[in-house]
Amino acid sequence: MNNNTGYWKENLRLVAILLAIWFAVSFLFGIILVDTLDLIRIGGVGLGFWFAQQGSIYTFLVLIFVYTKKMNALDRKYNVHEDDD
Amino acid sequence: MDLQTITYTFVGATFALYIGIAFWARASTTGEFYVAGKGIHPVANGMATAADWMSAASFISMAGLIAFNGYGASVFLMGWTGGYVLLALLLAPYLRKFGKFTVPEFIGERYYSRTARVVAVICLILASITYVIGQMKGIGVAFSRFLETSYETGLYMGMGIVFIYSVLGGMKGITYTQIAQYCVLIFAYTVPAIFISLNITGNPIPQLGILSTMADGNSYMMDKLNTVVSELGFNEYTTQVMGSKLNMFAYTLTLMIGTAGLPHVIIRFFTVPKVKDARSTAGWALVFIAILYTTAPAVGSMARLNLMNTIQTGPVGEVTSNIEYEKRPQWFKNWEKTGLLKFEDKNGDGRIQYYNEKNKEFAAKAESYGWKGNEMVKVDNDIMVLANPEIAKLPNWVIALVVAGGLAAALSTAAGLLLAIASAISHDLLKGIFKPEISESQELMAGRIAMVGAIAMAGYFGLHPPGFAAGTVAIAFGLAASSIFPALMMGIFNKKVNRQGAVAGMIAGIGITMLYVFQHKGIMFIPGTSFLGDMSPNWFFGISPNAFGCVGALINFAVAIGVSKVTEAPPEHIQHLVEDIRVPAGASAASDH
Repeated sequence: MNNNTGYWKENLRLVAILLAIWFAVSFLFGIILVDTLDLIRIGGVGLGFWFAQQGSIYTFLVLIFVYTKKMNALDRKYNVHEDDD
Repeated sequence: MDLQTITYTFVGATFALYIGIAFWARASTTGEFYVAGKGIHPVANGMATAADWMSAASFISMAGLIAFNGYGASVFLMGWTGGYVLLALLLAPYLRKFGKFTVPEFIGERYYSRTARVVAVICLILASITYVIGQMKGIGVAFSRFLETSYETGLYMGMGIVFIYSVLGGMKGITYTQIAQYCVLIFAYTVPAIFISLNITGNPIPQLGILSTMADGNSYMMDKLNTVVSELGFNEYTTQVMGSKLNMFAYTLTLMIGTAGLPHVIIRFFTVPKVKDARSTAGWALVFIAILYTTAPAVGSMARLNLMNTIQTGPVGEVTSNIEYEKRPQWFKNWEKTGLLKFEDKNGDGRIQYYNEKNKEFAAKAESYGWKGNEMVKVDNDIMVLANPEIAKLPNWVIALVVAGGLAAALSTAAGLLLAIASAISHDLLKGIFKPEISESQELMAGRIAMVGAIAMAGYFGLHPPGFAAGTVAIAFGLAASSIFPALMMGIFNKKVNRQGAVAGMIAGIGITMLYVFQHKGIMFIPGTSFLGDMSPNWFFGISPNAFGCVGALINFAVAIGVSKVTEAPPEHIQHLVEDIRVPAGASAASDH
């Protein structure tokens, strides 16, 4: 069980980091700080607006694939991965 | 060929394809019927999930919402995509490891309680039925506008198609059909977007088009749009908020956790072979969803620009700038017939004035021009995507493609929802609670009968939409967010939450959400029974009823953890179960039951 406790702790840490980024790009950049970020202009729109309608979605994608990759590595490190068949 | 013939050809060809797939992918076991035999590749499953998820609302309504709400509509863009991060990180791999067929089944076993399972079934059916009514309506409307059949005929045809492939094939048939439907709908969405982006900005990629200058090179497209709308008294496109910042925050959060708690989406993660695949399925699903969702802001903003420029052809205030009603384009006439677009010549000058009459400052200016109120008395959100190719003067085959795409979106979502309802009835209620002794072939038959029943019911509500239909679709997310998501998440991440806590939490969460919705929208949405009125000053911190689900979810978490603290801890074997679902090893064995 000790083995699994270590696995679970590392998993929770990874999830916490990724969710912090998830929160930052959507709620923080897209809503709370939107007016400030909008002072930075890219291609005729404010950066805050861009995050709310485009940037957050691209970041979400990256987050899921990073999670998948890291978790697969973690499964192997703690030897809890599924059998290869 | 005229538009109607082309449309019939396109729609007929796609329907033939769906039926062909249905016969090829018939289900012969309950495993195939409920979860496609757990053998779907993650990329294919991601594509099917995307089609399942993107409903008539995503395809038809969202761009219209963006067109008229500008920045405020970001809540839909972030809310309906961010939920997949929660699904991938917090739910999908563990629910796949658990290795059963339905969401209530997990809740029932994790909380060792039939009551919990029944409560989950009720939440599931409530959320799914309200959703499916919306899809049926979308099918009926698309048929009646473009194929010029009656609304009823359209609805019966839609029901017939769903019947063939979902009753025969179950999840297996639905999954393969959804892959085909995804291809149709994404092609139909992006092709006109590319044409329009090219027309307006000269950039063929819509995601870059919104950041580009106008084709004449004089100003950025978004700056131009801001100028055009604010000159007519509307809010500036890129800064208008929906309610308040707090309301946008709550709305986004509600849509995110609602997405992660909707059973017809979660069920898709049961269909892959491994835990590893459940993680990547969420990623692939979001890839396919993001293609549409990142295009939508371009479709919305460019449609708005085209619409404004069609009506206001020159400087505001000059008489000849406003288009003459007699010279209105053909698409305008077509949509007037449906009643979704309405013009009223208030000042009797035979020209169309479209402006924001609620803006007092501008209204005063408008009076000095001799304008007597906004004459576009109705511009329905939903026409934007369907009318867009016509407004941009694209060829007929593009319009026909959009119709086939809209139908694909509505059909794929309807099928996924109907399967979620049918499996909750045949697997959770019949096999799980009332008649555990029935054989697999009997259960398969029961599943098919439940599916037929669900289709008939959806059709009935499609023909006779209850007065509250529109209101309930919006709260489906609130219901899922406040009941199902917290129960699932705590089931995995908190070993201490017990039976009493989970049941009390679900009831408290969904109860407070329904209470809030009812007190502002009327009990069961019956007009006149709301006791606080649907007025924003009465909203709790300015949070609109649709955005309230996240508060319900917080209450669910708090009540469940609190009650669990003062009652006995879950039994030993449940704590082992939780430890077991947290690690992927042994998942293949768990699914062979």
